[in-house]
Amino acid sequence: MKKLVRHRLFWPITALITLIVINTAARPQFISITVRDGELYGALIDILRNSAPLMLVALGMTIVIATRGIDLSVGAIMAVSGAVALTVIDTSGAPGSLGTVFVALVVALLVSLVLGSWNGLLVSVLGIQPIIATLVLMLAGRGVALLITGGFITTVTSAPYKFIATGYVVGLPFALFISAVAIAVIALVERRTALGMLTEAVGINPAASRLAGVRAKGIVFGAYATSGLLAGMAGVLYSSNIMAADANATGLYIELYAILAVVLGGTSLMGGTFTIAGTVVGVFTIQTLESTILFLGVPSAQAPVFFAIVVIVVVLVQSPRLHRLARRLLSRRSRDDDAGRPASQTKTPVEVAS
Amino acid sequence: MTADVRTAPAGPSIRERYDVFMSRHASLMPTFAAVAILLVLLISAQFAFGNFIAPRNLSALLLNNAYLVILAVGMTFVILTGGIDLSVGSVMAFTGILCAKLLADGIPAIVAVPAMLLSGAAIGLLIGVLVQYFDVQPFIASLAGLFLARGLAFVVSLSSIRVEDPAVLWLQRTRLTVGDWYLTPTGILALLVVAAGVYVAQWTRFGRTIYAIGGNEQSARLMGLPVARTKVLVYVICGLCSGLAGLVLTAYSGAGYPLNGVGTELDAIAAVVIGGTILTGGSGYVLGSLVGVLVYGVIKTIIAFQGAEPSWTRIIIGALLLLFIVVQRVIVARSERRR
Amino acid sequence: MTGPHRPSRNNGVMDERRPLMELSGATVRFGAEAALDDVAFRVFPGEVHSLMGENGAGKSTLIKALTGALQLDRGRITLEGVAVRFRTPAEAQRAGVSTVYQEIDLLPNLTVAENICLGREPRRMGTIDWRSMRRRAQDVLAGLGLTIDPASVLAHHSLAVQQLVAIARAISVDVKVLVLDEPTSSLDVDEVAELFRVVRELKERGVAVVFISHFLDQVYEISDRITVLRGGRLIGEYLPGELLRIDLVEKMLGRSAAGIGARTRTSAADDPDASGPVYLSGRGVTATPGIADADVDLHEGEVLGVAGLLGSGRTELARALTGIDRLNGGILTVAGADGELRSPRRAISLGVVYSSENRRAEGIISDLSVQENITLALQAERGVLRRMPAKRQRELALSWIDALDIRPADPDRPAGTLSGGNQQKVLLARLLALSPRVLVLDEPTRGIDVGAKVEIQNLVAELADNGLSVMFISAELEEVLRVASRVAILRAGRVVETLPAEALTVDSLLALVAQAEDPDDEARP
Repeated sequence: MKKLVRHRLFWPITALITLIVINTAARPQFISITVRDGELYGALIDILRNSAPLMLVALGMTIVIATRGIDLSVGAIMAVSGAVALTVIDTSGAPGSLGTVFVALVVALLVSLVLGSWNGLLVSVLGIQPIIATLVLMLAGRGVALLITGGFITTVTSAPYKFIATGYVVGLPFALFISAVAIAVIALVERRTALGMLTEAVGINPAASRLAGVRAKGIVFGAYATSGLLAGMAGVLYSSNIMAADANATGLYIELYAILAVVLGGTSLMGGTFTIAGTVVGVFTIQTLESTILFLGVPSAQAPVFFAIVVIVVVLVQSPRLHRLARRLLSRRSRDDDAGRPASQTKTPVEVAS
Repeated sequence: MTADVRTAPAGPSIRERYDVFMSRHASLMPTFAAVAILLVLLISAQFAFGNFIAPRNLSALLLNNAYLVILAVGMTFVILTGGIDLSVGSVMAFTGILCAKLLADGIPAIVAVPAMLLSGAAIGLLIGVLVQYFDVQPFIASLAGLFLARGLAFVVSLSSIRVEDPAVLWLQRTRLTVGDWYLTPTGILALLVVAAGVYVAQWTRFGRTIYAIGGNEQSARLMGLPVARTKVLVYVICGLCSGLAGLVLTAYSGAGYPLNGVGTELDAIAAVVIGGTILTGGSGYVLGSLVGVLVYGVIKTIIAFQGAEPSWTRIIIGALLLLFIVVQRVIVARSERRR
Repeated sequence: MTGPHRPSRNNGVMDERRPLMELSGATVRFGAEAALDDVAFRVFPGEVHSLMGENGAGKSTLIKALTGALQLDRGRITLEGVAVRFRTPAEAQRAGVSTVYQEIDLLPNLTVAENICLGREPRRMGTIDWRSMRRRAQDVLAGLGLTIDPASVLAHHSLAVQQLVAIARAISVDVKVLVLDEPTSSLDVDEVAELFRVVRELKERGVAVVFISHFLDQVYEISDRITVLRGGRLIGEYLPGELLRIDLVEKMLGRSAAGIGARTRTSAADDPDASGPVYLSGRGVTATPGIADADVDLHEGEVLGVAGLLGSGRTELARALTGIDRLNGGILTVAGADGELRSPRRAISLGVVYSSENRRAEGIISDLSVQENITLALQAERGVLRRMPAKRQRELALSWIDALDIRPADPDRPAGTLSGGNQQKVLLARLLALSPRVLVLDEPTRGIDVGAKVEIQNLVAELADNGLSVMFISAELEEVLRVASRVAILRAGRVVETLPAEALTVDSLLALVAQAEDPDDEARP
């Protein structure tokens, strides 16, 4: 039993299950799944589908954080990606054709990859602090997105594109498959190749890794490039959902949600060992929390307050000072028990006359 | 009896004067660069548009960016300690809409304004405590603050609220004119905040402690400086500045709007860095941040004059910021290698 | 060994003065280890008292206890005859006990005047009085005979000047005891002279100075008293005039317990000519500031011992030879071809591997398992994509755990939980898994219990017998002689001599290592 509790995922999964249970108690229809025209619907399905953009971004964020870094530009990259994709479709002759959509996707993802690589270059080659390096894109990215859309919110009508976020395949949302594929690919690459362990080594002890011949620069660069690519896909999903490229609203504040998901899942912000499964649980937890808040009738614009509180609670719980305080409170009781026991040393302290 | 045949020693040579100056004020160089950029921009704009450097335009520069000046002063203090505050835009919006709501509910300005300032300071206090006493990284703590403030802004009101209170509107409507130059109380307020910032930074122990923390926090503590208290206070000050900026912005637009200031924190950070403050802390000047805001404002005005997309402003600022960061990094790397 | 030695004469005069500050029965434990064990230490006013010992001797622990950065587990401290207990360095400073650390604890971005005065700067109604501050700083500096511009920024100045400013800060409030921790490590000859002039000025004022340095010449030049620590214990307090250099060094390095066993010599040791061809060699190897103009040859099948005091350039030489640090001069030749070892990765690809003396910071990756630590370098060499199959990783880990007797024999245990000796073995396993040609070991047995020490020494000999080229650095001269067939002797950043181990005894090696740079110094008793 103890081993189960000690397992890294225990608390995250427990939190998620607790949240689901509370929701179900409050509104039993929470876990009900209905079938309509061969497609599944329900609150749980909504969570699975709506969590896709955050899932992608959080996966990338996990790897970046593992290298002791952070990527604050993911929201901006999402905006750029959506803008690029929609502009390609908009300016093409055939917005509804599969080929156009395919091209739009490729271009958007390529641009995102380039942006992510740009971050990677700044951090791994120029040695700029990750917060600062990604801050630049965070600042300029949305401007670029606005430029691409010519200052407007580009809207298009394109059935194939719309399918990405709202379509169904074998009864389940297509977005869910995108999530699943991303999770599978990342997990496979990290654990089946040596990338996972080498990334952890770099994050835990960069100096020792260097002496052991690990190519830290490449690993760090790859982490940011991956984060960019995933953010790009998330941007496509987001814009597909609203069939618009809103440079200002796309991915707004998604950085914090992603960081929160990573932390909730058990990966430390200090870098090193990371868990993909934990991040997945964290993302679902956040999505469920959002669903709960909306259900409670709280306007979605006010939801950030709750998440701020969650962030604060989580970082407090992880704070070493809190642990020290707790330990001191607990040990004070036991130290009183120790009074009166003989000293462990046999020598008496020497007093020297001055 | 013998005459002193030695000639009187010549005064310090130019080279020597330069060396002494650099040994005392090397950290002014980035700020000088900012001033140079500002001058270049103004002069080029003058050439391009003919009547750019007109009193009317320059006055408008301060008027339109007064809120950013105040934000930048607060942000300077935080960055000087090596931290960062990503919440300033949201706190500005929150305090602004709070003020508007209070005024709309009939509460006199004399109560509403301090209330809004206090609420800004309170959020700053929260961030400061998280950073100092719970070892939370500044960007996480301030991101939490950003979330909290943004959400609270919508809790206060889901839509904008007009401000009718004459006291608040007076801040913006009044013009003190000297020839073609004009100044509003909001502009004066911004300049006062800058002056106060300069005084605190250069002439108080609190200010020097801030620089000390940015230089070497461990050493500062060993030297007996009140590091913990100071670190918390800088965030409180930044929150207070955000509240003031909220007041200025609300007066400027005549309404509180919960969606104000999205991304403004990045403008503030960019202004501070362009103005010569190093992001890792310990070096920089409040006056430099004023210059940084002016650079931002001039670029924005030039873009408007050009009739180009306003989003170009952020892109150019972003590029400038990047340039400054890379140069800062190169200089640091070179001095490290020399050691 | 007799008990701690206390001098009863000081140039014929009885020691009637009372110590200004005194530590007695000082004991500090970190877990089961005693960093300080029943140590006595005393400083007299107007005297320079040098504290000597190799790494891990307890010097820094003693200083931290003296200045309030650490609490004693046992023992007591008296200042001017009164028992004191400093809870923080700030308290100690207020009482007049200050330290100038090697990593200048000042503010590089502020002016000299601020660094001297901050914390007690002159103020008028809350505002800083800059002119007064500058004047006060000027006075303090002038009092020490220094002409430093108080308005200049500290970072503008050399490390030597920064140290002097640190001293100025300490004395700007009445200081009774000033601790200088390795102040001369980065100073040139003139700067050292200036520092010593200031120290003498302090002596005139009656300040007690505690001087920590590993430069024997300087210690003899400036000290009035010398205390030697070893392994956390007090070896003795001596007067420089009564202590020969070689005796000092012997007391610092000590002799390990007798009867560990016969020397573990490689077959090459018995016949130096039987050692194989040179695999890695360096000519004129220079890495400022640690090592200059060094010539080294590493033969296959041979263990080259490296002996020298702290600061002689042992680690710098090793890191320069293995691509860890950049060369400022010299040529490296690997297997006959000019080798540019620009990075550890490149060195590894050429078969040259390095085991750092700082196991924790540069060796073990504590959160990863033993297995992952062992396979790390091999995996890094194979690249990211070609992951070693899990079964093969397991086999590898288990075989090395067995071969080196790593305990506990659990490949999944986090490496950070192992003892020092076992961590070193894991590190060795990682390097040996690469099938290297050259193995450079920097202090591989430091902090390891006797049994594990011998195991590692035997392993090293065995590796050499199998054709590996080993460079073995150690502060323990006996250990060096036990494993090496040739010994390179380092002094003050230079390879002074390389001799066959057969021709050396511990005593003669000690003499070579301790020898003064200036032969005139030998004339001193």
